[in-house]
Amino acid sequence: MTGSASTGDGVRARRHQLRLPGTVAALLLVGAVVLASCVGPVSIGPDRVLGTVLSQLFGVHTSVSPVDQAIVWNLRLPRVVLAALVGAALSASGTAYQGVLRNSLADPYLLGVAAGAGLGATVAIVSGGSGSVLLPVAAFLGAVAAVVLTYLVASIGTDRASGYTVILAGVAVAAMLTAGQTFLQQQHADEIRQIYNWLLGSFSVASWRDVGLSLPYLLVSMLVLLAHRRVLDVLRVGAEEAGTLGLHPTRTRLLIVAAATLGTGAAVAVSGLIGFVGIIVPHAVRLLTSASYRVVMPVSMLGGAAFLVLADLAARTVEAPGEVPIGVVTAVVGGPFFLAVLRSRRTRQGLL
Amino acid sequence: MSTPRTVVTPSGTAEPSGTGVTSLGFEQVTVRYDGAPAVSAASFAVAEGEWVALVGPNGAGKSSLLRAATGLVPHEGAIRVGDRPAKALSWRERARRIALVPQQPELPAAMPVLDYVLLGRTAHIPYWGRESATDLQISESVLDRLGMAGFAGRPLGTLSGGETQRVVLARALAQQAPVLLLDEPTSALDLGRRVEALELVDEVRREHGLTVLSVLHDLTLAAQFAERLVLLVDGRIRAAGTPEVVLDPVVLAESFGARVRVMVGADGRLVVVPYRREKRGGELG
Repeated sequence: MTGSASTGDGVRARRHQLRLPGTVAALLLVGAVVLASCVGPVSIGPDRVLGTVLSQLFGVHTSVSPVDQAIVWNLRLPRVVLAALVGAALSASGTAYQGVLRNSLADPYLLGVAAGAGLGATVAIVSGGSGSVLLPVAAFLGAVAAVVLTYLVASIGTDRASGYTVILAGVAVAAMLTAGQTFLQQQHADEIRQIYNWLLGSFSVASWRDVGLSLPYLLVSMLVLLAHRRVLDVLRVGAEEAGTLGLHPTRTRLLIVAAATLGTGAAVAVSGLIGFVGIIVPHAVRLLTSASYRVVMPVSMLGGAAFLVLADLAARTVEAPGEVPIGVVTAVVGGPFFLAVLRSRRTRQGLL
Repeated sequence: MSTPRTVVTPSGTAEPSGTGVTSLGFEQVTVRYDGAPAVSAASFAVAEGEWVALVGPNGAGKSSLLRAATGLVPHEGAIRVGDRPAKALSWRERARRIALVPQQPELPAAMPVLDYVLLGRTAHIPYWGRESATDLQISESVLDRLGMAGFAGRPLGTLSGGETQRVVLARALAQQAPVLLLDEPTSALDLGRRVEALELVDEVRREHGLTVLSVLHDLTLAAQFAERLVLLVDGRIRAAGTPEVVLDPVVLAESFGARVRVMVGADGRLVVVPYRREKRGGELG
């Protein structure tokens, strides 16, 4: 993007180059999905995975054995699909929060989302609702309630509330909610392990029911955020200037935050707290491609999906038959990768 | 939102259409921050195609008036854009009528110049949509008009002060609003770039019949470029009129708490020169 083209057409043509990074990210995702569907305690070839999918979806006759079909369709695919959806949603939400708050350290769990979901889940578990549909619902409600509370505290409805005010309010709200969660855990020591496992995040019990439960929220969130990629570029000059350019400064930000929170809440509800995805994926995409949200938003979604599918594959294979918490994998793999990207391009000016 | 799309003329300059030339009127406008008035009952008007400069000491409320006109701070009284009260306009409608060159614009370092200028088209692009070929064409022609066509692909972070000022002006012109507000547009520029930037504003103002209201610190430049001046002191209008009327040494001395000489330059325009107090022996210490 740094070339000094003499003609406008050349510059136009190179604007928001989405084709190459988009294709690479899409291929990465396809590769990750195929790999994660094939690899496991029982290796199943890609042809048999494809046969299973065709058979299950369209009733096509297949020679794949019922056992293999069950492994692929009931165990692996829901897990892969859910990981992809959650990875895409968390990356999209992180991208959106970073854009709206104009803070490169913003992630989907800012604004008290993690603490709210944690408290909600803890309440559900100590009330004996750990295995039921109550747990994700409680986590989701906790996440959304935390953000609403953060917004009320920061009074973003007024024109003066800045991104920093919101972030500070989020820190305060998170501290209060975490205190409540800690208190509950102390009162119910027996369930601590269960709560702890949930907090670390996992796709080990993912089912098609989880996919179906979260899909509407995740899809709405991702579509709204994707549709806002141009608006997010306008917000790069700040809410005030965006206002003078013709965007409603508060309403626009509120809509984006609401969509991002919906996606994060739904993701947390079905997978627990998986950190690091929402912050490293958008930044890696920014550093490798462009700072424009028109590129960062869609490529982050594809890349985040691929990343979490691979992270989950690692989580269930490196210590098989045991499982490593996926949050550990995302941090261990993502951290060094992110640092390497950061170092190799650190001369590049300005992330946002 | 039903305003007709704009037309690019063969000369490459974009004509505002649909909104046309518009005046800007302030009637008993008061702006408060946490109850304390920054501007008190200010009344004046900028006629169609006129350039009025707001002058006055720091904190006199000059920027507050511009912020009120763009809806960034609430105001009492009435600000009229043409025959419409600014309060009744949506953000999008207002942006199609009033363009602002901020004092300290936010400049995302990695954003290419063309993308930045395209932000000026925001009010013309559907919320859920993307820019049209016309939006691109208008942005490019504005850049071309300001002599910045070769910079379209450059990231903002690589531009000099003068280049940056042109690009920010280009974004405002891309809005194709009949009213242009400039909040101290030359503060970051050296002497030569200052005059250059204001000349450019004057040229495009005449080309498009823009109504210009600018905050200017430099009284000499204000007198050279603006047709009328409004002197604000402590949120109140102290004097208003042609430079000859407003730039009175006594009034200026009172308003700014500084000694000034007002002289007539070679071109007949006024030149305001501040000077040091005479020092008597011993006062220097």
